[in-house]
Amino acid sequence: MAFFDLQQKSLRELNAELHRQATLLRDGDSADTEWEIANPRGCHAVAVGLDGPLAVNIQGSVGYYCGGMNQSAEIRVAGSVGPGVGENMMSGSIRVTGDASQYAGATGRGGQLVIEGNASSRCGISMKGIDIIVRGDVGHMSAFMAQSGNLVVLGDAGDALGDSIYEAKLFVRGTVKSLGADCVKKEMREEHIAHLRGLLEAANISDVRAEDFRRYGSARNLYHFDVDNADNY
Amino acid sequence: MCGIVGLFLKNAELQSQLGMHLESMLISMSDRGPDSAGIAIYGSTDAEKLKLTVQSGSTENELSQLQRTLESRFSHAVDFNLIETHAVLQVDKATAESVEEMLRLEFPEVRVMSRGDSVEIYKEVGPPAEVARRFGIAQMSGSHGIGHTRMATESAVTTRGAHPFSTGPDQCLVHNGSLSNHNNLRRELIHQGINFETENDTEVAAAYLSYHIDGGLALGDALEGALNDLDGFYTFVFGTRTGFGVLRDPIACKPAVLAETKDYVAFGSEYRALASLPEIEHARVWEPEPATVYFWEH
Repeated sequence: MAFFDLQQKSLRELNAELHRQATLLRDGDSADTEWEIANPRGCHAVAVGLDGPLAVNIQGSVGYYCGGMNQSAEIRVAGSVGPGVGENMMSGSIRVTGDASQYAGATGRGGQLVIEGNASSRCGISMKGIDIIVRGDVGHMSAFMAQSGNLVVLGDAGDALGDSIYEAKLFVRGTVKSLGADCVKKEMREEHIAHLRGLLEAANISDVRAEDFRRYGSARNLYHFDVDNADNY
Repeated sequence: MCGIVGLFLKNAELQSQLGMHLESMLISMSDRGPDSAGIAIYGSTDAEKLKLTVQSGSTENELSQLQRTLESRFSHAVDFNLIETHAVLQVDKATAESVEEMLRLEFPEVRVMSRGDSVEIYKEVGPPAEVARRFGIAQMSGSHGIGHTRMATESAVTTRGAHPFSTGPDQCLVHNGSLSNHNNLRRELIHQGINFETENDTEVAAAYLSYHIDGGLALGDALEGALNDLDGFYTFVFGTRTGFGVLRDPIACKPAVLAETKDYVAFGSEYRALASLPEIEHARVWEPEPATVYFWEH
């Protein structure tokens, strides 16, 4: 286990060191794969752009863009995260024990993002394949223009869920304040329950039943421009 | 961008540390607003005195002339305390009207930054650390205070374009965001007889609130009105003699974090601003909801 104190050394040094270790791994050399990061104190861009199977444990709350563009790394934040956690994540996982600020997992293409607290507005905006699991609630305009992937919300969703959604799958256990344009409630069939069960299992969540969720997705009316829909754009 | 910080003390024993905490919070938001910085601090009150914070662009000369004039004409009725480009005047309430008239007529270049029983507003162009050092913010005490670091996006970097803006006796406003209908609203308020000193959008929001509060609305109602009448992006933090509050626009893309412990309520544009507060690791930390007025009061 390697240790890095952000009060002692700079963020740039941290990210350069993590990138160096990932490069060593890719080249087949031995590397420090397990990291403990102390004193982030709301710092931005902690552990961004990792490209290798490192395990990074961050002790405390971080600022913007934590774990952005992550590829293969397993990042764990013992605290809360600022805006844009896991933005454009490709693969790997990020687990946050606290809350997430706005646009968590934005444009994420793959991997798994688990928020154990609440996520605020625009969670999963323009998601493109990522799985986002939120134990608490999500704020307004979550899954806005979501293209693919899964958003699972164990709590409630705010206004305009799934506005202008494409093919992402949304599962909400609590209430939905309102649905956005072209987002509709859909039938929860056996295959959807099985799919959701797999998502919950992968996130190590065993205290809720997949049957208690409702499924939302695209009504597919806004895919192509139709002058009768002009008011909805 | 822009950074906002605010600290409201529930525990009166911490009042001597208010300036120290506010300063470190303000400096932590330097990269959100390196152009200028300011604070409003609610300190001591004297029931017999009106407190005016004034500022002059031409620094000592004009303010020392003001000091001499005040001493010769009002002698013991006015305490004058020069702090850099600002001065705090404590005026016997019986003579306040004559002093304010004199300021208006004889010192039109001296700007009244704040007016009330308790509030003092200090703001200047320059990096937040330098502004804080010049005014000695760390040594100030009080019950609550608000700070702002500015990254100007829509009007000039000047002292008067810096925040906080006064919105009325003991009231102030700081803003992160940009209003899109401020020109129209400014024209409407000019028609109602309001004077403006800058092209700044926040000054319009401040004037809007002042106008409606002067017209008899409570602060909460004026803020509810702002939700309908102000178009654009905003996280506002506002102060009154007894409290402080927060309002975000319905889209809420300008960041805001609140923290509460048994001793204080704190606001920061980011968690970084709160990270060095006492007991922060045990505080309740959350984001204020959009289009919702939050207010704490002593």
